Amino acid sequence: MAEHKKLPEGGVIEKGGTAHGYSTGGWRKLRPVVDLGKCTNCMICWVMCPDSAVIVQDGKMVGFDLEHCKGCGICAVECPDKVKAIKMNEEAD
Amino acid sequence: MAVTAHTKKAALTGNTAVAIAMKQINPDVYPAYPITPSTGIVEDFSGFVADGSVDTELITVESEHSAMSACIGASAAGARVMTATSSQGLALMWEMLYIASGMRLPIVIADVNRALSAPINIHCDHSDSMGARDAGWLQLYAETVQEAYDNVFMAMRIAENAKVMLPAMVCMDGFITSHAIENLDLLSDEEVRGFVGEYKGRNSLLDTDNPVTWGAMVLQDHYITFKHQQSEAMTRAKGVAAGVMKEFGEKFGRPYGLIDAYRLEDAEAAIVIMNSAAGTTKVVVDDLRKQGKKVGVLRLRLFRPFPFKEIADALRGVKVVAVLDRADSMNSFGGPLFNELRSALYDLDNRPKVMSRIYGLGGRDYKVKDAVEVFEELLNISKTGKIDTMTKYITL
Ligand code: SF4
Ligand code: SF4
Repeated sequence: MAEHKKLPEGGVIEKGGTAHGYSTGGWRKLRPVVDLGKCTNCMICWVMCPDSAVIVQDGKMVGFDLEHCKGCGICAVECPDKVKAIKMNEEAD
Repeated sequence: MAVTAHTKKAALTGNTAVAIAMKQINPDVYPAYPITPSTGIVEDFSGFVADGSVDTELITVESEHSAMSACIGASAAGARVMTATSSQGLALMWEMLYIASGMRLPIVIADVNRALSAPINIHCDHSDSMGARDAGWLQLYAETVQEAYDNVFMAMRIAENAKVMLPAMVCMDGFITSHAIENLDLLSDEEVRGFVGEYKGRNSLLDTDNPVTWGAMVLQDHYITFKHQQSEAMTRAKGVAAGVMKEFGEKFGRPYGLIDAYRLEDAEAAIVIMNSAAGTTKVVVDDLRKQGKKVGVLRLRLFRPFPFKEIADALRGVKVVAVLDRADSMNSFGGPLFNELRSALYDLDNRPKVMSRIYGLGGRDYKVKDAVEVFEELLNISKTGKIDTMTKYITL
């Protein structure tokens, strides 16, 4: 209880970036899978992902942060028609 | 009517008096959406903004839901925030009222009490603020224009107290108080500044060096803990309110308490009532006292938190009580004030008999004869010891 009383008033999270430490990818039904052979590193998926779950290293798209990706499929839709490097697979499969 | 300069004495409507109180507080942000009968407050206040007599950012929004949303955003940014509404406007704010209180934002609004539709009605009853009674807001009620004006300052102080940090609603009767002109004493701007002080919001959204998140999701792990914190703050608010009211009385010579007990000391029968109708009831009490009848009035100034102990103390020794509600809980067992008050008396050794009377809905007049009839019924019950009808509508 004493511990609980220290929780910040009104549920404020008193610092930034805490979502990194909280896995919210658990309710994903579809999992994005990228074919890096096709990917042109245009970064459209990185821009469009609402959860900042596209991982980019040294200017290259390298995959997804599945601790935070919700499986919405926006990246797969937005990946240019000529490329279509992302497929959404059933998590259950 | 824009009042740019004022003396200590003034004759003002409730709306203008509350608008002037808000002007003297000079809030940072004022999201505005007008609705009868509170429109006068917003109208006057926008005049103060246009005249440059306040530094407030007035945001004209597209609905009351947006008004409360803007209040919440601005308050989370650390601003001192106020607005005014009535009836359907408060009802449209509903969803956001709980967010304001859950996020512990000390927003102060004036609610000019008006009936809820349907049927559509613009006149006074308390169904709007009574409906919001579980929303986690402090609620202060006023009998007169003077009190409505004074309550604005007290509400701000109670809401912003570090032990409280809850939003507050300052209620007065639509038209009866909001549109009637009464004489009152105004405080000077310096007095107001000295009393309400500066507000320093915590965890400001605008402090980009120290980014914070407001309104995050909290599940089974901690939700109940935050609600418990909120509930404890509401409990602490009662003592804070008593202190603030005492300080106000000492500073400005107008004493206030959580309740207003009128000629209750040796009373055999009492009416419990809120807002302007208490005035009419007091006149009747004076008349009946001249005839030797031991009657009195209890008026609640604070409804949230509910001053259950003070009520029980004030009614200890009274034999019969009628609780007059200007709202119906539609539970087929009397109004909201009746139910809570009856519960507050339960632990008294000799608890009074208590009955519910619902009056004045939709602005129906509550007259001297209505109060006389209730007192006659009470004095009769005091003799027979028997209540015939526990709950009923009067002023029909
Ligand atoms: S599926 Fe949605 S959440 Fe996941 S990486 Fe693609 S855009 Fe982001
Ligand atoms: S949108 Fe497609 S091509 Fe562009 S970076 Fe993402 S996966 Fe690669």
